[in-house]
Amino acid sequence: MNAIPSTQGSVIVKAAVLVIAALLLFAPFLFQDVRSLEVAARICVFIVLVASYDLLIGYTGIVSFAHTMFFGFGAYGAAIALKQMGPGWDAVALGAVAGMAVSLVVAVAVGLLSLRVKAIFFAMITLATASVALVLASQLSQFTGGEDGITYRSPDIFKTATKLFVDEEGKVVRIFGVRLNGKLAAYYFVFFTSLAMFLFMLRLVGSPIGTVLKAIRENEARAEAIGYRVVAYRTFVFVIAALLASLAGTVYAIWLKYTGPDTTLSFAIMIDILLMVVIGGMGTMWGAVIGAVLMVMAQYYLRDLMGTAAEATANIPLLPEVLNPDRWLFWLGIIFILLVYFFPKGIAGTIAQKGARA
Amino acid sequence: MTLLSLTNMQTNIGEYAVLHDISLTVPEGGVFVLLGRNGAGKTTTLRSIMGMWRPSPGSVMFRGQDITALHTADIARLGIAFVPENMGIFGGLTVEENLVLATAKGKFDRDRLNRIYRLFPALEKFWTKQAWSLSGGQKQMLSVARAIIEPRDLILIDEPTKGLAPAIVDAMAEAFREISDTTTILLVEQNFEFAKSLGRDMAVIDDGRIAHAGSMADFVADRALQDRLLSLSV
Repeated sequence: MNAIPSTQGSVIVKAAVLVIAALLLFAPFLFQDVRSLEVAARICVFIVLVASYDLLIGYTGIVSFAHTMFFGFGAYGAAIALKQMGPGWDAVALGAVAGMAVSLVVAVAVGLLSLRVKAIFFAMITLATASVALVLASQLSQFTGGEDGITYRSPDIFKTATKLFVDEEGKVVRIFGVRLNGKLAAYYFVFFTSLAMFLFMLRLVGSPIGTVLKAIRENEARAEAIGYRVVAYRTFVFVIAALLASLAGTVYAIWLKYTGPDTTLSFAIMIDILLMVVIGGMGTMWGAVIGAVLMVMAQYYLRDLMGTAAEATANIPLLPEVLNPDRWLFWLGIIFILLVYFFPKGIAGTIAQKGARA
Repeated sequence: MTLLSLTNMQTNIGEYAVLHDISLTVPEGGVFVLLGRNGAGKTTTLRSIMGMWRPSPGSVMFRGQDITALHTADIARLGIAFVPENMGIFGGLTVEENLVLATAKGKFDRDRLNRIYRLFPALEKFWTKQAWSLSGGQKQMLSVARAIIEPRDLILIDEPTKGLAPAIVDAMAEAFREISDTTTILLVEQNFEFAKSLGRDMAVIDDGRIAHAGSMADFVADRALQDRLLSLSV
């Protein structure tokens, strides 16, 4: 199915991913607060974003810094359409198609022109292209809202006030205390579209094309010697990853009801994606799930955790200062270093490998 | 009938001229052996045929078609397989995946697969193992198996016996003999005993030029020529 061979370790990894999938599926019922739902939705979108980036870096050996640019194209496509046309599905469809069309054109152009050159030059070209997109998003404020971004309404079915099911008294139906309203519909829209995209990627890497991509990653010249045009395959996977990132951007834009440079195009997100791929394990779709979950959870809850720890150690000298929540990025860095040290092939890759030795 | 012909082929690698003037005709069928000392230009000749290094000037004709300027992948798709000196397998992929890669449509022809199992039983045994975990001989078997998993007109094989145990070399000779019944093999080899047991035609490359070409039987009979061209005592 993917790069992880069938071993005891791979079973553990896949079981962990299944548990995560189950937790995400029932997240609105298990964690009944707004922030938790926000985290769960972000995890769903980032799993797609990280997995699609792993198609590039993990499966094909392409280092790109333009992945958030494609994410941004999808998000801005939906945002501009929803803002201009109003909150309807026609606007969502048009925005998604427009975002994917722009992504397709840019990815084909960048891919065909640049994937022939050495990896470092390609990385630089994508970095430059992404920088241009970021500047354009800030400058073309009449379309993009500039630095402030765009706020808009999503389709009515996703409004919190929308009642999906009502009882005899006209009140919204609750299941396990959870209201069956538009917010819930929005979450499941995010969950199931992300799941569909993830399953598509799993299918892709498990197909003969996935094997070709892995062969190209391992040795381009050998892949060409048995009849595979490396530039064509690399461009193909670059385009597929761009289209998936674009769709993920559209989904995220519908969920957030806001699109700006900081939520879609920023290089901070690009760095996050890179970290998630490395933490989870390159060349394993399952690793993308683990990396995205850990990183997003750390971003949202590490501060809280450190605040609690600082309070608990208030009477001990120095420790409360060290555990000050403002230092959460420092601790995130420490955790990242430790993860890289103890899991050199990422969590999924290393666990699967250890399973193979057992 | 001529299958492959090289005409006045010159190949430079960086600043260095490796092949100065290679003209060669490989007939269809059997094993054609390229002999020569280390650094004579044997591997460069094979890589030039595959388009990995571009000869200029000079031409490479395959079945009457000029393939000099074709992309390596397109040359491979014309029916030329390459088994490089370092085996050229994908260590991170399983034996099965390595062979699937070389199929035209991602599916095995059952008869060809059974033939591979018969020629190289170890590959069936280690079918789901990752290729890096195979022994040197098994890797070479996989590399050759990949070349014959689909029908080919020509297989270029670069020093297949290098570093292999005698028993594996014998098995490899047996396999090449059978393969050459249906497919032409252009074999680069330094192991003269191995080469002469297989070759029908042969050529010697020296300093990037063809120093001698003819039948293997005539070359084996002429010890003085062997000594002069190969510095070998046979």
